[in-house]
Amino acid sequence: MSWKSKLTPYILLIPTFIIIIIFIYWPAAYSFKLSFYQESFFGNRSIFVGLDNFTDLFTDPEYYSVILTSFIYSFSSVFLTILIAFLISQLLVQNIPGTRLFRLFIFAPYAISPAIAGTLWSFLLTPTVGYLNYIFLELFGIDTDWLTTTPYAFIAVMLATIWKMLPFDLIFYIAGLQSIPDSLLESSMIDGANLWQRMWKIKFPLLSPITFYLFIMNFTTTMFASFGIIDIMTKGGPLGTTTTMIYKLYLDAFAFQNNGSAAAQSIVMFAIMGVITFIYFHNVEKSVHYQ
Amino acid sequence: MASSISKRKKTNLILSEITLIIISLIIMAPVLLALSMSFMKPTEVYTFPPKLFPSSFHWQNYVEALQLVNLGRMLLNSAIVAFFITFGKLVTGTLAGYAFANFQFKGKNISFMILFITLFLPAETVMILPLFLIMKQFGWINTYYALIIPFTASATNAFLMRQHFLTIPKELSDAAKIDGATSMQYFWRILLPLSKSMLGGAALINFVYAWNLYLWPLIATMDDKMKTVQIGVKMLIDAEASNNWGTIMAGTMIALIPTLIIFFAIQNLFVKSLVSSGLKG
Repeated sequence: MSWKSKLTPYILLIPTFIIIIIFIYWPAAYSFKLSFYQESFFGNRSIFVGLDNFTDLFTDPEYYSVILTSFIYSFSSVFLTILIAFLISQLLVQNIPGTRLFRLFIFAPYAISPAIAGTLWSFLLTPTVGYLNYIFLELFGIDTDWLTTTPYAFIAVMLATIWKMLPFDLIFYIAGLQSIPDSLLESSMIDGANLWQRMWKIKFPLLSPITFYLFIMNFTTTMFASFGIIDIMTKGGPLGTTTTMIYKLYLDAFAFQNNGSAAAQSIVMFAIMGVITFIYFHNVEKSVHYQ
Repeated sequence: MASSISKRKKTNLILSEITLIIISLIIMAPVLLALSMSFMKPTEVYTFPPKLFPSSFHWQNYVEALQLVNLGRMLLNSAIVAFFITFGKLVTGTLAGYAFANFQFKGKNISFMILFITLFLPAETVMILPLFLIMKQFGWINTYYALIIPFTASATNAFLMRQHFLTIPKELSDAAKIDGATSMQYFWRILLPLSKSMLGGAALINFVYAWNLYLWPLIATMDDKMKTVQIGVKMLIDAEASNNWGTIMAGTMIALIPTLIIFFAIQNLFVKSLVSSGLKG
């Protein structure tokens, strides 16, 4: 293709656009359509019901508790992960012997899938066999079936989530810390700032764009992608205390075959995504140039 | 004064060293303990207090895990799926990235936006139901097509490659033009060879992502022969219930070791591309 051909860039974009239109935009539009329909009693045809699916959803107190669970789970996991990652990252940028090896080990959960993370933590917490269960029993006298009792199931799911998400945040904080000029930290040391002050008054504010990025990414991960952890560890139980929005969507769509409600739920999740997108754009526009 | 500062520095370093050793151990503990248990005999699994190391290497767990749910076939499926998703993403991503980085064209901004929005429409989760219904219409349920094709393009890859191509001096493409190379010759012979490390990093991130997919393969496959190892592990848990954690952990090891090995082998490349994909948009 010659450089002057006006067609070249379009041809280059065709493969990507075919895929995203068929497998992202079409399903998104289809979700919209489905959310206005309900299956008939015998499941043989769809009936247009307008906004019924949405009103059903929002008059159901159970759905509110699912939303609440999702948000509590997401915010607390994200908050803890970011905090822990920020603290550990301080250690990983010092030139300590073996740093490369430490990073290798600490980053490892990044490569492990949510489902496997869920399996590993189920095993650690399982009664009679689990090591962590044993430690909790010996140290704190907690003898419980972690995955089937409240509030332990919720804590168990959070532990796995934080463990899985931590490396991602660490990688970004380390990159960020390394980009802070040494001169800045040295001059603050001369001014008498101690370790703790340097960390929170200088480094943390300087890294706030990264914290913001991580918050958005982690929030999406916990809202949407931790399905594997929950499905393996608790299946949404006990008594729905670990049923997040995505898990309920899955149950309604594939266990109860309630397509209309599931579609309406995905629209609600789109809306949440839309808000996140807006917040992200609104803040990032100023600092990052895409074009 | 100077010596007390250096002394304090030294204590700090030792403290940091110890803290890091503990943190590394805690973070690796789930994997290490699972590895250890995967070699224990069923009788050892239930000793109290739990044993840290197996008394001998009981390979039987691995054999059982492979037989119980056809994990071998599932490994093959995972490899096929992850390979083709990675390959597809690299092809579509480099082409799109090239278009955005090196060409001016009508509709550039709008097509960029269309692509950008997809970052916030996670196909694997929110769109799971309509995607399933569409795949059913296509007759693709229970086939590799369903497991692979929807995931062969993504905005992340296109943006990553675009950012990378933008860092390559314009003089190179000017020189190629003067020498009479076509735009695709420049792409193949100059741009791609210069992007080897970026392509390698992107390939790894995509491979791990694809290997670790869970929700979609869970839904899109009914036949055990088409399932991936991630689903295999779930089936193993269901089949064994809480009977033999040794076997379950053996299955878990089988599912996680490929990505872990890749990650350990080329961690630097991995981290570099991840950061550049995240921080530069």
